[in-house]
Amino acid sequence: MTDRFGGTDRYIATPDLEMAVNASVTLGRPLLIKGEPGTGKTQLALEVARSLDRPIFEWHVKSTSKAQHGLYEYDAVSRLRDSQLGEARVADIRNYIVRGKLWEAFASEVQPVLLIDEIDKADIEFPNDLLRELDRMEFYVHETRELVQARHRPVIIITSNNEKELPDAFLRRCFFHYIRFPDADTMQRIVEVHHPGLKRELLAEALGAFYRVRETPGLKKKPSTSELLDWIKLLLAEDIPPEALRSDDPKKSIPPLYGALIKNEQDVHLFEQLVFLSRRTR
Amino acid sequence: MLVRFFLGLREAGVPASVTEFLSLLRALEARVASLSAQEFYWLGRMALVKDESHFDRYDRVFAEHFAGAERAFAALMADVPPDWLKSLAERLFTEEERRKVESLGGWDKLLETLRERLREQKERHEGGNKWIGTNGTSPFGSGGYNPEGVRIGSQGQRQRRAVKVWEAREYRNLDDRRELGTRNLKMALRRLRRFAREGAADQLDLDGTIDATARNAGWLDLKLVPERRNAVKVLLLLDIGGSMDDHVRACEELFSAARSEFKHLKTFYFHNCVYESLWQDNRRRHSARTSTLELLRTFNPDWRVVMVGDATMSPHEIVQPGGSVEHWNDEPGTAWMQRLTAHFPRLAWLNPEPEERWEWTPSVGMLRELVGGRMFPLTLEGLDRATTSLRRAGAGSPGGRPPGNGPMGGDPSGPFSPSPTRPSAGR
Repeated sequence: MTDRFGGTDRYIATPDLEMAVNASVTLGRPLLIKGEPGTGKTQLALEVARSLDRPIFEWHVKSTSKAQHGLYEYDAVSRLRDSQLGEARVADIRNYIVRGKLWEAFASEVQPVLLIDEIDKADIEFPNDLLRELDRMEFYVHETRELVQARHRPVIIITSNNEKELPDAFLRRCFFHYIRFPDADTMQRIVEVHHPGLKRELLAEALGAFYRVRETPGLKKKPSTSELLDWIKLLLAEDIPPEALRSDDPKKSIPPLYGALIKNEQDVHLFEQLVFLSRRTR
Repeated sequence: MLVRFFLGLREAGVPASVTEFLSLLRALEARVASLSAQEFYWLGRMALVKDESHFDRYDRVFAEHFAGAERAFAALMADVPPDWLKSLAERLFTEEERRKVESLGGWDKLLETLRERLREQKERHEGGNKWIGTNGTSPFGSGGYNPEGVRIGSQGQRQRRAVKVWEAREYRNLDDRRELGTRNLKMALRRLRRFAREGAADQLDLDGTIDATARNAGWLDLKLVPERRNAVKVLLLLDIGGSMDDHVRACEELFSAARSEFKHLKTFYFHNCVYESLWQDNRRRHSARTSTLELLRTFNPDWRVVMVGDATMSPHEIVQPGGSVEHWNDEPGTAWMQRLTAHFPRLAWLNPEPEERWEWTPSVGMLRELVGGRMFPLTLEGLDRATTSLRRAGAGSPGGRPPGNGPMGGDPSGPFSPSPTRPSAGR
């Protein structure tokens, strides 16, 4: 078990990201990750757990999530039903306390990694309700009058898509890292990690075509790393030659299988229109 | 040294707290970063800056403190030599001189002459009455006086009637952090609230549960309802740059108040009048634009539209195809304004100019007519009137598809003159 994270054979981390992870592991502070969709925010937590050889607990936040869900839930309804049915387990309230992800992580035998995914999806008060839990790594169960404390401070990785602003008090307790969209060099390394042995020519052409699509003005959702990887997988499956991707005029040709890159109907429409226009004016 | 750096960051507007500073020190103690400047830069940014839009400020302060006096500000200057268009003195014109100024006649002629002169002219020019420069009486340039003038690069209070702005302006996004004075605005905006139960049913409906349980002969039957939320949706369209520079503060206050008040708030910017596209981010206003037709498709007539602008411009910009100061627009602003008002029945225009002054500027009257009289001053009282008007369902023309959804759709019908009349300005 090591203590330093330095990317893995499946995940290319930039040096500043590596340092952010290491700092938050060392100081036991949550790390807040933001960035464009599809740049590997969620993947990061999985890879950190894998490279440090720690168990991972994933808490996927939804718009209806409450902070309490992560701690524990008291299933009063089934207790009431059991009491009407005359079950014996009704006497012990602990039978009806359901542990949440945070509690599970706190109870882990070794230092775990806890992923709180897409925290911005939840209600605006959600992060505020977790302040004490993230700070002191403990919480109180009112029903059983019991204080739950973390055995080891978990490595907490929180991702956000910036749909809502997070409160200052919450931000103050986190380290922050913004994953930039990778430049062409980093992207090349990322693709090589995922598709080793890819022909150099095909890679160069594919990257060129990819960045051209990304630069199309007015796209609603620009294709990101994950879409590029899917697209390359498709290109390989269909055995498309590199020449098919080449074009002298960037606007002239539609890359093959572009459906993997452009996901939005309006964007597809816009893209086709642009290509059509530049053909007509030629 | 680090304390000074920290204070410098706070001065530059990065909201870093002492706790964060202490955690940076602890990270340094724990030897997370080695002794390179690059790693310290990352570590400091990670610990102190929690919003990627503040990265730029951090960079500036970092450069100032650790790389000598090298100021990043210089990079912000435009490539245009600043003194080329900078006016040195404000020349005073007499009434007699003003009368002597003649219009070159016609809009097309104006543009054509300008194109010619731009080609002819290579150097900075000041005074005189032909070349483009400052303080002259030529119809081109700025700081001068000609009622039908074309403005080229200028700062400060001048005649706000120029027809084209040919300058590289630094447009910044409105700062929504301003809290001072926004409380009153919030209270006024609160009147727009409309609560509705929407989304997942996750709250206990006590009355419903009691009722259903009783019907079930005491067997528990839980009923859930969705939470009550403010369901009002507001689309905010802000005029930015040009003559709006005088009103930035008032607009920031409004924007700041609106942002915290509405859960569904979308903001778009335009310049002077709405044409075929708008933008959401002023830093990328040339690359990332949203077409107005798409806006009409995306937002249904449920959305309440609040437009903010001083409506002060040359009448050309509203009624003339190609009248926009920034680009060539195929259709006049009137067509786009009519599409907007037809699609969104609940629409109001807030004007930061005092109401008394509206009649002095012809374009204000024209836009006021275009929004069906729903123009209000950007004051607390005006905001009250605007919210009242927005609460009324369909105060203007009835909702429905905008006429001619295609880019070249026929003349939009409405309570307005079907064919925009040419202005008779300065003939």
